[in-house]
Amino acid sequence: MTTARETVLGRIKDALALAPAPDTTVPRAYRTGRTLPDDERLALFTDRLVDYRATVHTCTADRTAQVVAEVLREHGARRIGVPAGLDPRWLDAYDGEVQQDSGDIPAPRLDALDGVLTASAVGCAETGTVFLDGSPDQGRRALSLVPDLHVCVVDLSTVEAGVPEAVARLEPRRPTTLISGPSATSDIELERVEGVHGPRTLAVVIRTDR
Amino acid sequence: MSSTFLGMPATPPRSPYGTGNLRGDRKFPEAAHDELRNEQLRRNLGRATRTIRAKRLDVTGELPDWEALREAGSAIKTDTMNRLPELLEQLEQKVTERGGTVHWARDGVEANEIVTRLVKATGSSDVIKVKSMATQEIGLNEHLESAGITPYETDLAELIVQLAHDKPSHILVPAIHRNRDEIRQIFLKEIPGVDPGLDNVPAHLAAAARAYLREKFMTTKVAVSGANFGIAETGTLAVVESEGNGRMCLTLPDTLITVMGIEKVLPRYRDLEVFLQLLPRSSTGERMNPYTSMWTGVTPGDGPQDFHLVLLDNGRTAALADRIGREALNCIRCSACLNVCPVYERAGGHAYGSTYPGPIGAVLTPQLAGMHAAKDDPNSSLPYASSLCGACFDACPVKIDIPSLLVELRHQNTEQSGTTAEKLAMKAAAAVMKHPKLFTAAQKGAGIGRVIGGRDGRISHLPPPFNGWSESRDTAAPPKQTFRSWLASAEGAATMRAAAGEYEKNRKQQKKEEEEK
Ligand code: SF4
Repeated sequence: MTTARETVLGRIKDALALAPAPDTTVPRAYRTGRTLPDDERLALFTDRLVDYRATVHTCTADRTAQVVAEVLREHGARRIGVPAGLDPRWLDAYDGEVQQDSGDIPAPRLDALDGVLTASAVGCAETGTVFLDGSPDQGRRALSLVPDLHVCVVDLSTVEAGVPEAVARLEPRRPTTLISGPSATSDIELERVEGVHGPRTLAVVIRTDR
Repeated sequence: MSSTFLGMPATPPRSPYGTGNLRGDRKFPEAAHDELRNEQLRRNLGRATRTIRAKRLDVTGELPDWEALREAGSAIKTDTMNRLPELLEQLEQKVTERGGTVHWARDGVEANEIVTRLVKATGSSDVIKVKSMATQEIGLNEHLESAGITPYETDLAELIVQLAHDKPSHILVPAIHRNRDEIRQIFLKEIPGVDPGLDNVPAHLAAAARAYLREKFMTTKVAVSGANFGIAETGTLAVVESEGNGRMCLTLPDTLITVMGIEKVLPRYRDLEVFLQLLPRSSTGERMNPYTSMWTGVTPGDGPQDFHLVLLDNGRTAALADRIGREALNCIRCSACLNVCPVYERAGGHAYGSTYPGPIGAVLTPQLAGMHAAKDDPNSSLPYASSLCGACFDACPVKIDIPSLLVELRHQNTEQSGTTAEKLAMKAAAAVMKHPKLFTAAQKGAGIGRVIGGRDGRISHLPPPFNGWSESRDTAAPPKQTFRSWLASAEGAATMRAAAGEYEKNRKQQKKEEEEK
């Protein structure tokens, strides 16, 4: 008996034989390999994040712990989750409860957290996008999804000018999440509403000297 | 048996008649006629499409290399179709290497059976779903329900449609035909335990949906998704979304089943750099959609540990066998062509009778499911649901020449059925346009030039009202002028006027007769 796989592949080959098409080369005349000076990248990234209703805090690396603590306090986060590989010094100034994540914590327990603090892998200035790739300082995907507040630390050195430059930095095999502002919907009369299922608040802490 | 063994290629079959959601029960003119009586629907649609048109123009205008991105997107898709067998085999290999299981489905019926079997194997009687055109196309929800499995749509608009026992009317915003008051009513009636004081503020409506679905996300063990892209080179799948319901479905359950049309494969991971620019800007008019999830097989300790990819044909290979029509397979489902289409804006999505409405639906649906002349198929009316104004072509991020495809399908349909294209187009015009004259005057654009010459270089089937003109002149030679310049000439203008006048006269007559009845 012919399997579905053989049948479908056979049909495709038949189709291509019936309607052969000339070889196509892909023109890539769009912008790639762009670089921007630090201050311009910071300004563009910040502008785009704010435009999509993320809150942005900028600091030098030595002030990470203070700024993180301020942001968490500002949002009333008393219990937060962190990935196992997060730099523990980032929590030095935070006086709330910290739950270090592990794979056996079920999702409903993540739902009981006020927020989550993670690092990030890459940023894209032109679109205001943060990329998470599941590295130890970012944790599994559920952790940065279920709690209602996501505080994300981004090093300016990882922020690229545009999408091609950012995509080039990704490791395809890692589970990757692109985040551009808080969860939103335009499903009701195409009016953008922030906050559906993902975190309703996204706070980005940009560190300028790393 | 596959014909390849005989060395003679056979035309691949369309999606089987009477299955899935690729065919309405009425022809476009009748269906559109009823929808037009719905003033509310037209107001909702008009407002929504106006908003999104403006946003799209803003964010596409912002990129100096937008045209270069469109060129690249179009070429990547064309190249993909040319190399489909090797790319699908590569995708299968990579997904399998990374711990996923790949299934192939000849048609929707087979895909439904595969998904149902996989869900049953988990022992779960519920599945959460993230918006997927492919599963809507094959009628998966209906099939799951008949097998005792409850599917929960988690995309806000899909949820609205599901709760209202309604059908989607737009690719991206399936509940675009509903306004906030209607949505409030639906929620009050259908969501168990909803706050009876719920008002019509969109943020409050979204919050009600969040509360309702939260528990489902936390407890349901199986999810079904679609995919925007599948990367052959790495086996990576991508889902582009806004609300986070996609992330929930792709991350929290133990089992994930992804149903993907075979045309959604892309050769290289790098190609995402093009489509992650083209898609969000064309669809929601945002620089980037809030969330995109990309995963490659199974990642230990993160997300579903049981992953299945179902590769779906269901008429796609039939479209691929058409040298002209295959271009419709390049579609990335952004919905820009719907939002700019004057016919869609008036008729709404339901009039097309298919999962795929609007200009792309009018070309894709007949290609996937066919236009069966003998059965008086509603799909045979779809290629006439257009004024060929060309706005869809201009908006399309992968440069699909929809007007030319429509003209080609009209040509095929008239050849099959012997009906005059004029009658069908006039019916469509009368159904949706206040001024059918303008509709006929808009019968211009890239596609027509080709038809003037015909496939074989003869004038055969001209779209209305010009077919009258070509029949009355027995010169088979193509006009020396281009079509556009002919149209601009005194002769062309006179023909246009005569044809439109003739049509108006007929219509008045028809109306009088109707009134007398
Ligand atoms: S045909 Fe083009 S514009 Fe229309 S939905 Fe598909 S990609 Fe978008």
